[in-house]
Amino acid sequence: MPETIQLEVTRYSPEHDAAPAFQRFEVPYRKDWVVLDALNYIKDRLDGSLSYRWSCRMGICGSCGMMVNGEPKLTCATFLSHYAPSAVRVEPLRYFPVVRDLVIEMTDFMVKLQKVKPWIIRKEEKSIADGEYLQTPLQLDVYKQFSMCINCMLCYAACPVYGLDPLFAGPAAIALAQRYNLDSRDQGAKERMDILSEHEGIWGCTFVGECTEACPKNVDPAGAIQQYKVAAAKEWFKSLLMPWGSK
Amino acid sequence: MTQHGTRETTLYTPYHPRWYRARVSTYWWLRKWYYLKFVLRELSSIFVAYFVVITLLQIRSLSRGPETYARFEERMRNPLIIALNAISLLFVLFHTITWFNLAPRAMVVRLGGKRVPDTLIAGSNYVAWLAISAAVAWFILR
Repeated sequence: MPETIQLEVTRYSPEHDAAPAFQRFEVPYRKDWVVLDALNYIKDRLDGSLSYRWSCRMGICGSCGMMVNGEPKLTCATFLSHYAPSAVRVEPLRYFPVVRDLVIEMTDFMVKLQKVKPWIIRKEEKSIADGEYLQTPLQLDVYKQFSMCINCMLCYAACPVYGLDPLFAGPAAIALAQRYNLDSRDQGAKERMDILSEHEGIWGCTFVGECTEACPKNVDPAGAIQQYKVAAAKEWFKSLLMPWGSK
Repeated sequence: MTQHGTRETTLYTPYHPRWYRARVSTYWWLRKWYYLKFVLRELSSIFVAYFVVITLLQIRSLSRGPETYARFEERMRNPLIIALNAISLLFVLFHTITWFNLAPRAMVVRLGGKRVPDTLIAGSNYVAWLAISAAVAWFILR
C-alpha cells in the first residue's frame, strides 16, 4: 500500500489570480480516508489558506460537493482508495462562479429553489383545532424519493443544459417542486405549473439524464422532470378539451 | 446577462466581478460517453425524420402506379442511398432502444399502491414493438 497520495487542488484567490490554477499536495494515504479527510489534512497541516465548504461529513448536509477527477461528488463520501495510487484532482463544482479555491457561489440555486415554492401550499389552512394533515404510508411513498434531496447541487454540475443556459431552473429545483406536487397534503401544483411550464422550466430539460447518475441520494431528478412534463402535457390537453374546466 | 452565467436571478452578482466563471467548452459532449450518447440520441431524430420522408415518398410513388414505383425502386438501389439507409437504420434502432430504456423514468404506473417495476414498463414497450413489427412484416411478406 502506498504511504501517500497526491492531491491536485484548484486554487483561486480573487485578489491575486486572474484564473484558477492547480496546486499539488502530498497527503498520507489511508484506506478509510475520503477526499474531504485529505482536504482537512491539507488545511490543518500544509496550507491553512485552502478554502472549501463542509459540515456534517456524513452525506446529509450537502455542503461538500466538488468535482473529483471531473465528476461531481460529495467529497465526504468519495474514498481516496477509489483513485489510489493515481493523483486525485479536486475542483470546485462545475458551472457555478468560483468565489475562492473550492468555494462556489450558490445564490442562483437558492433563488431558483425558492421560485418553485417548495413548501406545502393550501387553498385554505386548517385551524390548529382541526388537527394535523394526515397521510398514509402509501401517500408518503409516492413522493418520498424526491424528498431525499439535500440541495448539494451535484446535479447542476452534471447538467450541460444548466451550463449552457444558466436561466434553466435545473434538476434539484424541479425535483423538489415535483416532491410537493405529489404530496397528498399539498394543493399548489397549479401555482408551480405556471412557474415551471415556462421554457426555462421543465421544457428546458433535454433529458441528458446525468443529474440522476450524479445524485448521491438516488432522487432521480431526471425522472421527476419527465414525469412533470407528462403531467404538463396532460394538463394542456385537458384545458384544450375542456376549456370551461377549473382554471 | 453576460455570457458565462451572470444570473439575472442573482441579486448581487454584478457587483462581484472577481468571481471566476469558467467557459463551457464547445466539446463538452465529448467529455463523457454518457454525454456523447445523449448527443447521438438527439442526432438520431434527423434519421427518424429521414425514414418518415422516404416512407411517404414510397407511398406516393405506389399510389401513382407500377411504373412510378419501379422508378422509385430503381432510385433506391443507388449504393449511396443504400449506405445512407443502413446508417439511418442503425440510428433509428439506437433511438428506439435508448428511448424504450428511458420510458420507465417518465412513466410511473402504480398498481395497488406499488410502483410497477421498470423492467416491466420497458419490456411492454419492446413487446409492443416486436408485435407491431411482426404484424407489418406478415402483411408485407405474406
